[in-house]
Amino acid sequence: MEKFGYLRDVVTLALDPEKCVGCGMCLMVCPQEVLSMQNGSAAIENRDHCMECGACARNCPTEAITVKAGVGCAAAVINTALGRDGSSCCCVIENDDSVTGEAGAPECC
Amino acid sequence: MVGSVETQVGKIPRITHVLGWADHFGSIKARWGVRRMNFKVDPGLYAMGNPDEKSKVFVTANYKMSFDRLRKALAGRDAWILILDTNGINVWCAAGKGTFGTEELVRRIDFCKLAQIVIHRELILPQLSGPGVAAHLVKKHSGFKVIYGPIESNDLPRFLDAGCKATSDMRKKSFSTRERTVLVPVELVGTLKWGLIVLPSLFLIGGFAGVGGFWESAGRYGLFAVVAYVCAVFSGAVLTPVLLPWLPGRAFSFKGLMMGIVMAILVAVFWPGNFEAWAGRAEIFAWFFLIPSISAFLGMNFTGASTYTSLSGVRKEMEWAVPLEIVGSGIGLLLWILSLFTV
Repeated sequence: MEKFGYLRDVVTLALDPEKCVGCGMCLMVCPQEVLSMQNGSAAIENRDHCMECGACARNCPTEAITVKAGVGCAAAVINTALGRDGSSCCCVIENDDSVTGEAGAPECC
Repeated sequence: MVGSVETQVGKIPRITHVLGWADHFGSIKARWGVRRMNFKVDPGLYAMGNPDEKSKVFVTANYKMSFDRLRKALAGRDAWILILDTNGINVWCAAGKGTFGTEELVRRIDFCKLAQIVIHRELILPQLSGPGVAAHLVKKHSGFKVIYGPIESNDLPRFLDAGCKATSDMRKKSFSTRERTVLVPVELVGTLKWGLIVLPSLFLIGGFAGVGGFWESAGRYGLFAVVAYVCAVFSGAVLTPVLLPWLPGRAFSFKGLMMGIVMAILVAVFWPGNFEAWAGRAEIFAWFFLIPSISAFLGMNFTGASTYTSLSGVRKEMEWAVPLEIVGSGIGLLLWILSLFTV
């Protein structure tokens, strides 16, 4: 399989090991193998592979993981900058400040 | 839809795993952007085969392609399929949007009286619904435990046969050449509306150039511009996505730019232009700005279809890519106009 790697040192993923209970949900939902389990606690293994989908933060029962969840879609960024909705492209970034992917999650299709 | 299954709470419509020609034709249309936003299934609970109160429950979006893939993967099994209302959008995007989310799932479980239909309390969700669904909150509000299945429904039989255990390859989102290639038609259709404005404009402007008659000039200068533009679109919307992992750089704009430079060289080599005169040189030189700029822009746009770009990364690359694309196109356009109207 081909190897992919996007830009380095840009993602907003953060993990607080103090809060982690080691349930492993974040490892399960991550589609990019970003996290690993080390001594009963989650750890960020491949930080640059993170695509900020927000699945780990959303499924963390103790809010140990935070990430500015969003969709990596240039058309969505343009639409938002131009103040347009998703009519021309299906992608819209609604809320820039969604930290844990709580409300105002970005959208794309 | 083939009949129905009698349950505690009444009749549940039954479906089969067989995909007919209409299903396949619908998928092809959606891939080409034809009525893609209206390729839906009615949300609700469906029976696959002869499920009973112990049968597993699978949850998916009401995008018909998601639904079709799930029922195909469940061929020969008895199961319940719970379809959420995601406005006809696929699982991953709907999860990002929040429509495939905790709230809708809890509501749909309640609405379909799932707790009366099955005696267990487990749901199998596609892993890519993770950005929208908080498993612990679903458990809290509905009593149902969320089990994240594999990313691809193709892997469901292996997952189920292993006792609901996913291997690491089932949990990693791939982006194979085939997966990238099926996205190309939608990318191309996306450039069509621009093409409808740009192509006739290039042809017409070319017609007023040079010393000959309108049609003669259009056939010479306009046609070259049309061919060059089509090559630029082909470079950015077809070659860049397909050759993605082999193009240099990490930023999609850069990959598109590199492809565009190669394409500009190819266009220059194969076009029988007049490089002796200054005007002829400027004309081809203009496309050395235009083709890479257009290709970089379309490459950048492919971030939205890719499976591994982050929003922070896209913002970062756009910081330099967007100015470069605008300036590059501006210079190219200016050079092209100048080349046409200086003798």
